[in-house]
Amino acid sequence: MTDEPIGAAPVAAQHFSFDGRPVAFTGGQSVGAALWADGVRSWRSTRHAGRPRGIFCGIGVCFDCLVVVDGRADERACVVPARPGLDVRTQEGSGRADLAL
Amino acid sequence: MPTSPSEYAADQPQADQVWDVAVVGAGPAGVAAAGGAVRREGRVVVLDAEQRPGGQYWRQGPDGVGRHHHDRRVWQDEMSLLRDYVETGLVDHRQSHRVWRVEPPRDGAPGVVHAVRSLPGGPDVAVTVRARSIVLASGAHDRVLPFPGWDLPGVVTAGAAQALLKEHGVVVGSRVVVSGTGPFLLPVATGLAAEGARVVALCEASDGRGWLGRPRALLGMPSKLLEGAGFAAALARHRVRPRLRTAVVAAHGTERVESVDVARLASDWSVVPGSVRRVECDALAVGWGFLPRLDLAVAAGCATTPGPGGVPVLVVDDTFATSVPGIWAAGEMTGVGGALLAVEEGQAAGMHAAAAATGEGRLVTAPASKRLRRLRAFAAAMHAAHPVRDGWQTWLTDDTLVCRCEEVPVAALTGAVDDLGATDARTAKLLSRCGMGWCQGRMCGEAVSRIVSARTGCDAASSAARLCTDLAGTANRPVAAPVTLGLLAAEPPSP
Repeated sequence: MTDEPIGAAPVAAQHFSFDGRPVAFTGGQSVGAALWADGVRSWRSTRHAGRPRGIFCGIGVCFDCLVVVDGRADERACVVPARPGLDVRTQEGSGRADLAL
Repeated sequence: MPTSPSEYAADQPQADQVWDVAVVGAGPAGVAAAGGAVRREGRVVVLDAEQRPGGQYWRQGPDGVGRHHHDRRVWQDEMSLLRDYVETGLVDHRQSHRVWRVEPPRDGAPGVVHAVRSLPGGPDVAVTVRARSIVLASGAHDRVLPFPGWDLPGVVTAGAAQALLKEHGVVVGSRVVVSGTGPFLLPVATGLAAEGARVVALCEASDGRGWLGRPRALLGMPSKLLEGAGFAAALARHRVRPRLRTAVVAAHGTERVESVDVARLASDWSVVPGSVRRVECDALAVGWGFLPRLDLAVAAGCATTPGPGGVPVLVVDDTFATSVPGIWAAGEMTGVGGALLAVEEGQAAGMHAAAAATGEGRLVTAPASKRLRRLRAFAAAMHAAHPVRDGWQTWLTDDTLVCRCEEVPVAALTGAVDDLGATDARTAKLLSRCGMGWCQGRMCGEAVSRIVSARTGCDAASSAARLCTDLAGTANRPVAAPVTLGLLAAEPPSP
């Protein structure tokens, strides 16, 4: 339990898919943290103004970082653990265009 | 005795088991409560939303390494006790359980804790746990205030920056501005700097003088003084100069934050004319302290009262019993005061909760320990030194979003007052949709209350009273965490 620098322990990279391209993550990272580390800052457009959103509160409270994971909309990227093979996609609006009337 | 917590939740063979104590939350207060209950021979189950214990204060990386923790020894002690209790079957720690509703014990029937278990790759599972005593330790989240540009990607809460760093090993930006008020900004800034970020500005809105008026509270906690000195040394080492009476009053960018406006603040937090300076950055971490997470408690009927920082906290007696028989509470829910205070409170709450459940009856309570009193005095001094002044409202523009979820601008909220006749936050909310989105007012609740109070001409005293009523009101959420109708239908029937 020391303050060794982050990344001191070599960890084999694993990947999930974000909008069709691979994103690396290390064990224990959330989808949102891995996207952030990859340089992605937003993965949702708002329902009304179409504004970009990503992580805000980082602990599952604000629901700003909603994303589509394996076809399920409205998943909080900051709390969904990254796993190999996940299909993560940008959420447009409510993420439920298929339900539009 | 439980052997593998996960196998129970899968098909709930123990749905009718009654525990002595159910603890909600595995942060400092919850972990300490579990320990306190075990020492009173209670059979204890702990439900926590996270994958690893520690809560927000003691976030660990997946390797179990707690980076940049202050209060390190207490953290190590509490974590190793929890491990021992779990290994020997004295505590059933159920991680990845989001609790969405707590029903208090009633008429001799045990209380019920409703949760959703989400394990990576598995389907969500409805879990109910029955217990004679319930200890709530749901902690706090960042206190946030709107300002122009606060919804730009790259603008995060101070807590988010810290969680990214401590739990996920991700540095939030390479040129970072940290702004807000309160001592939490210091570990955030030093943690980022230690991991290679350039902290290009550290803005503390208060003038720091509030601490000087309370020397006894400071001197009573020499460990806190040392901690402060450590932060000061770390900041100096990384050439970060904290600037008192300054704040980020606007963020700029198109797809993400590219720069912020740093302003010098007058004593009421309005901007000193001519003092605004543009600072380029790729991330901004903002925090105005913390708000207790009261929703489970309020929905269960627990009474609240105005607490430190002018925000509602739970009413508890000297045994940490809430106003609802069978429910205890500890940690930030009784007033934000940090991890050490949470541990003290948690231990006491756990002991009393277990004693009540195992038939020992009410324990004789000793007067609050000297340590508890000192920690409380320190917390009170901290809140007094870092108040939120109403001048932040002068930073807003008509198109600043108040409610991020429903994308409601300031003009729509003030219009609800000026044009539609709303005289209170609840009506303004119904007319403008502020606070009616996914987060249920957790992010904008305070801003809505304060803006409506200012707009309706409330004086300081009634604004303060309204803030507590409004926040306690928005915390009354029948369902405190997302749960699907399918899962509700799948809940095992009550025995």
